[in-house]
Amino acid sequence: MTLRAVRPSGDTIIATSPAAQPATLFDKIWQQHCIVERDDGQSLLYVDRHLLQDGSAPAFEMLRQRKLTPRMPARAFATPDHYVPTANRDLASIADAEKRAMAEALRTDSTSAGIRFFGLDDPRQGIVHVVGPEQGLSQPGMLIVCGDSHTSTHGALGALAFGIGATEVAHVLATQTLWQRKPKTLRVTIDGRLAAGVGAKDIILAVIAQIGAAGATGHAIEYAGPAIEGLSMEGRLTVCNMSIEAGARAGMIAPDDTTFAYLAQRPFAPAGAAWDEALVRWRALRSAADAQFDREVRLDVGALEPMVTWGNSPEDALPISGRIPDPAHAPNAERRAAMARTLDYMGLTPGAALTDVKIDRAFIGSCTNGRLEDLEAAAAVVRGRKVAPHVDAWVVPGSGIVKQAAEARGLHHVFEAAGFQWRHAGCSMCLGTNGDQVAPGQRSASTTNRNFVGRQGPGSRTHLMSPAMAAAAALRGHLTDVRELLAR
Amino acid sequence: MEKLSLLDAVALPIARANVDTDQIVPARYLQKPRSADFGAFLFRDLRFAADGSEVPGFVLNQAPYRHARIVVAQRNFGCGSSREHAVWALYDYGIRAVIAPSFGDIFATNAAKNGLLTIALPDTAVDALLAQLQRTPGLQLRVDVPQQRVALPGGTSFPFELGAYLKTCLLEGLDELDYTFSQMAHIEAFERSYPY
Repeated sequence: MTLRAVRPSGDTIIATSPAAQPATLFDKIWQQHCIVERDDGQSLLYVDRHLLQDGSAPAFEMLRQRKLTPRMPARAFATPDHYVPTANRDLASIADAEKRAMAEALRTDSTSAGIRFFGLDDPRQGIVHVVGPEQGLSQPGMLIVCGDSHTSTHGALGALAFGIGATEVAHVLATQTLWQRKPKTLRVTIDGRLAAGVGAKDIILAVIAQIGAAGATGHAIEYAGPAIEGLSMEGRLTVCNMSIEAGARAGMIAPDDTTFAYLAQRPFAPAGAAWDEALVRWRALRSAADAQFDREVRLDVGALEPMVTWGNSPEDALPISGRIPDPAHAPNAERRAAMARTLDYMGLTPGAALTDVKIDRAFIGSCTNGRLEDLEAAAAVVRGRKVAPHVDAWVVPGSGIVKQAAEARGLHHVFEAAGFQWRHAGCSMCLGTNGDQVAPGQRSASTTNRNFVGRQGPGSRTHLMSPAMAAAAALRGHLTDVRELLAR
Repeated sequence: MEKLSLLDAVALPIARANVDTDQIVPARYLQKPRSADFGAFLFRDLRFAADGSEVPGFVLNQAPYRHARIVVAQRNFGCGSSREHAVWALYDYGIRAVIAPSFGDIFATNAAKNGLLTIALPDTAVDALLAQLQRTPGLQLRVDVPQQRVALPGGTSFPFELGAYLKTCLLEGLDELDYTFSQMAHIEAFERSYPY
């Protein structure tokens, strides 16, 4: 290992030697990107990949105000997703001038800095956390940042990836570095074999329900165990995506043959001799068998049911066979008050069966579950059936590439025949910044990642679940155990 | 960034845990430029009804708390989305310190970049503060950055941790980007030996 000697200017020297080899996947990546340490314990990390979406305008403005330009445009990549319309590909159709300006600014800011940009006129445009992996931009061992909290998604490729705020985005643009306090490590080991109809989204909802919305604050999670290894890359992306909902700094999965098979020949993945070299490096990343983590959590998913959320935190998740909880059984007064407030907002009755909860909207999409396998899982449930008459159901593919691949398999016909709207790629109804909102009082069955008060629109009532479960809810008109529909 | 050393101000009690950044500033304001007054959007959907009228029951709408410059809340304040606008909303409203048992990581980092001090105190201390603030609306707290203490009138005070670097930035109004530029030689040296 190279000795990185640092000039003493109040900063400590970092020296690494073979005897001090870091043991975990996280440690290895952190160590490889550490430039210098500050006397408050924060490290300056080098950023391999900076992903940008259409919330970036304030960051570029900060740069302009200081007369700075992006330092390493070749390491950055941009695509608009939050503000883009999903009814069409026409920015001019965005009614709100400020929102239109955000989407337009990303093009101007990127192209004038020489940052690669996939716009609405490019089929490769999409939700940045769908586009990064599918383009091979997100690779094992990389340090990846983006001004969006779901950046943890890319950890599924064995990268260290996390979300940052606007000021940090400006800092990365200006210096290609980021100051970070080293988080602790939490290994979440998932044992057991998933039953039919139960998948990655159910795993992560179960994890968050177990450890809580702040259960991993200050920690980087590594997901391990046979149930994780058995997931496809898209399943792993779903799991890592929601790490932030447990408060984690990052969530990652060691790269293995599934990872390499996924990445091979992707547009920005290494090729030829560079690929062979990368494989050697990537295989060395996984945590040592005797690696020590600051915390360990284990779950067995052999008996896991499809999960749904009932409340206003992603931790408020239950198996579909469950009932709305009763505040009277809450462990303390604070929790009781919070639950009562939540049930009032959500219009739910304690003790009612989850399967009695009627829905108005169904949304299949987002950086959590907007990929091809998600659409296939939903289509398998929908095929030959019809959306309930009172339900307004949408499918929003995560990228133009996903949309094209789905259409090549005829999935759009399956959805449209059933009465779903088949739309264009974008964040859409996950947070509704583009105008795709759930109306006040409406209840949605959503494959997204947050059910906060007003998340999908003021007064909206969000229930999170897997694509198969959202499809089942759309067909039945109420929350439903999808396994009943699969066993036909 | 603006200096912060000693703050004597009204404290706003928010007796809720898990106040997420969607509550602090709803997504429909995220396209506003930084030059907008984000204070107007702070807790927007808790403060104002759909017709724009004030919700009388919300603590920020109650007379003694309107000019609060400190927030006291329960655990996991600022969880959820990375939107820095949540910090801007608090800051533009006039808040300069938030006291809670814990914070969302990204929110706490964003706060530090903007001169909004996040103070982590134990649950028992926060509960005691909340009880006092609810008993005496309009009560002022003192946040003492050099001494790293939060004090109630009458003498009770609680120590808090504050890293030396952030403390210097707050006391002197320093900016992190300037500090990083002072480290540019290290960054360039790293890049020279970094093959990827």
